[in-house]
Amino acid sequence: MDNKNNYWKTNLKYLVILLTIWFTVSFGFGILLAERLNQIQMGGFKLGFWFAQQGAIYIFVILIFVYIYLMNRLDQKFKNQK
Amino acid sequence: MELQYWIWIAVGLSFTLYITIAIITRASSTGEFYIAGKGVPPIANGMATAADWMSAASFISMAGIISFNGYDGSVYLMGWTGGYVLLALLLAPYLRKFGKFTVPDFIGDRYYSNVARGVAVFCALIVSFTYIAGQMRGVGVVFSRYLEVDITTGVLIGMLIVLFYAVLGGMKGITYTQVAQYCVLIFAFMLPAIFISLMVTGNVIPQIGFGSAGSDGVYLLDKLDGLHRELGFHEYTTGKKSTLDVFFITAALMVGTAGLPHVIVRFFTVKKVSDARKSAGWALLFIAILYTTAPAVAVFSRTNLIETVSNKPHASLPQWFDKWEATGLISYDDKNQDGLVQYVADPQINELKVDADIMVLANPEIADLPNWIIAIMAAGALAAALSTAAGLLLVISSSVSHDLIKKMIKPDVSEKQELIAARLSAVGAVMLAAYFGINPPGFVAATVALAFGLAAASFFPAIVMGIFSKKMNKEGAVAGMVVGILLMLFYMTKFKFGWFGGGSEKDWWFGISPEGFGSFAMLVNFIVSITISKFTPAPDEEIQKLIENIRKPDDE
Repeated sequence: MDNKNNYWKTNLKYLVILLTIWFTVSFGFGILLAERLNQIQMGGFKLGFWFAQQGAIYIFVILIFVYIYLMNRLDQKFKNQK
Repeated sequence: MELQYWIWIAVGLSFTLYITIAIITRASSTGEFYIAGKGVPPIANGMATAADWMSAASFISMAGIISFNGYDGSVYLMGWTGGYVLLALLLAPYLRKFGKFTVPDFIGDRYYSNVARGVAVFCALIVSFTYIAGQMRGVGVVFSRYLEVDITTGVLIGMLIVLFYAVLGGMKGITYTQVAQYCVLIFAFMLPAIFISLMVTGNVIPQIGFGSAGSDGVYLLDKLDGLHRELGFHEYTTGKKSTLDVFFITAALMVGTAGLPHVIVRFFTVKKVSDARKSAGWALLFIAILYTTAPAVAVFSRTNLIETVSNKPHASLPQWFDKWEATGLISYDDKNQDGLVQYVADPQINELKVDADIMVLANPEIADLPNWIIAIMAAGALAAALSTAAGLLLVISSSVSHDLIKKMIKPDVSEKQELIAARLSAVGAVMLAAYFGINPPGFVAATVALAFGLAAASFFPAIVMGIFSKKMNKEGAVAGMVVGILLMLFYMTKFKFGWFGGGSEKDWWFGISPEGFGSFAMLVNFIVSITISKFTPAPDEEIQKLIENIRKPDDE
């Protein structure tokens, strides 16, 4: 029982962390802070614009693959404990 | 060789491929028809999901829409990709662990009620029909544009092809056709994009190219901002919409994506829970290839368009301009009779009207690419439209044969009969969709975007709370879904079709557009569900066990 609760709690912890990043890069950097970030220039891109049209999408992809990795590791750990 | 021949060859070959795949992988049981027998490898499922997801609108119209809206177009880019993070983290693994056939299956079992199931079926049908009518229209438009047949003939050809392979192949058949369709569509989208990036910036990778400088040493985006200011347009890299509205639209599209039944059901088709997570990762990666290229194409073609036409004599414009002018997608009206093209923001002086679709359609000609590439683009656009239509068709047919007939009306139906019912309802659905494709009700274009709002307002909260809250009960979930979808329907019919007294932009609640209202209706759904569940009995032990079980890892 304890194990299972740990499994779920760890999962929830991962979700909170990853979704916070998800929110920050899209709604934060891409929308709410976009105008302020646009003061910063990255190559030919204004940073806020870049997050909204490129950066957020790359980070979304990375977030899912990080979650896949974390959960596979957690599944493995859980299996070994049994 | 003549362009028309190339197009017929490319379209003919790709259709032969799809039909061959459907015949080889045809479904022989309900399990195969609904969820491909749970045997799809994650990468294949990722490709199928990407093709399922990216419609004719993503392929043809999105880059153009971004091109005309600049920063404001970001709502589509973030909205239609960010939803996959929600899917991968909050929905897909648990729904796969639950392991049934459809979204109403989950809602009906988790909320131990056929009322909940019925409401879910109703929502699934509304969402899917608003979406598929637009797709059939898209098929017709693509056919008519590339093959020079009229739209009705185009819709009918498309209908027959989809009918054949979706009805025969079921989910198993369409999964593998979608894999092929993804390959065709991504190749067709990327090839011209890469050539144009090379031409404009000297960089092979469009994603990097549009942040670099052109041959004159000025950064492309700075140049475009400058051109926009000069001609009176709003600056390209900043927004015109209010920040709040951008926020709400993005959220509605993200959550709506995660709530679309034809997307969710793709995660039922894999072998294990961990494969559901992997599929979502692959799906987003495959989608991101197109979605990060589209804004680059938007910038290239916008700059190119302005530089080619602005203040140039109409008589000396390149050939592609005449060709697309003949189709009516570009129109020029020399208001001041000076023979030059004035392309400016002020509608009194502006002489040029450009359809957004031009930005992708005319790309190969602008970049002076050979005819066979244009032919591949035609095949790609058709692949995008057909794959989405087929996915939606399956959701509609399984809603009728599985959720309505098997689960609610006639539980003792044999598997063979159910399979026949599934195929018949697919036939019925495709005919209805074709009818709407040929006689589009004026609101089709408007409603496709709103299908996301409807999905966000209805399914997403019920599914998420069904997984993450053990206390959420049937009373709360049903009330939330009903209130959510009715509120969304009310708002969209009020402001889009002028029902309930209509209203204009200044009457929007809190300044939220109908496109963004799904987020608001979703919040209302959450609040209603939670409030009502506090005053009604919690689900019994059996349901608690079901929830425990979907939260556990794979092999238990």
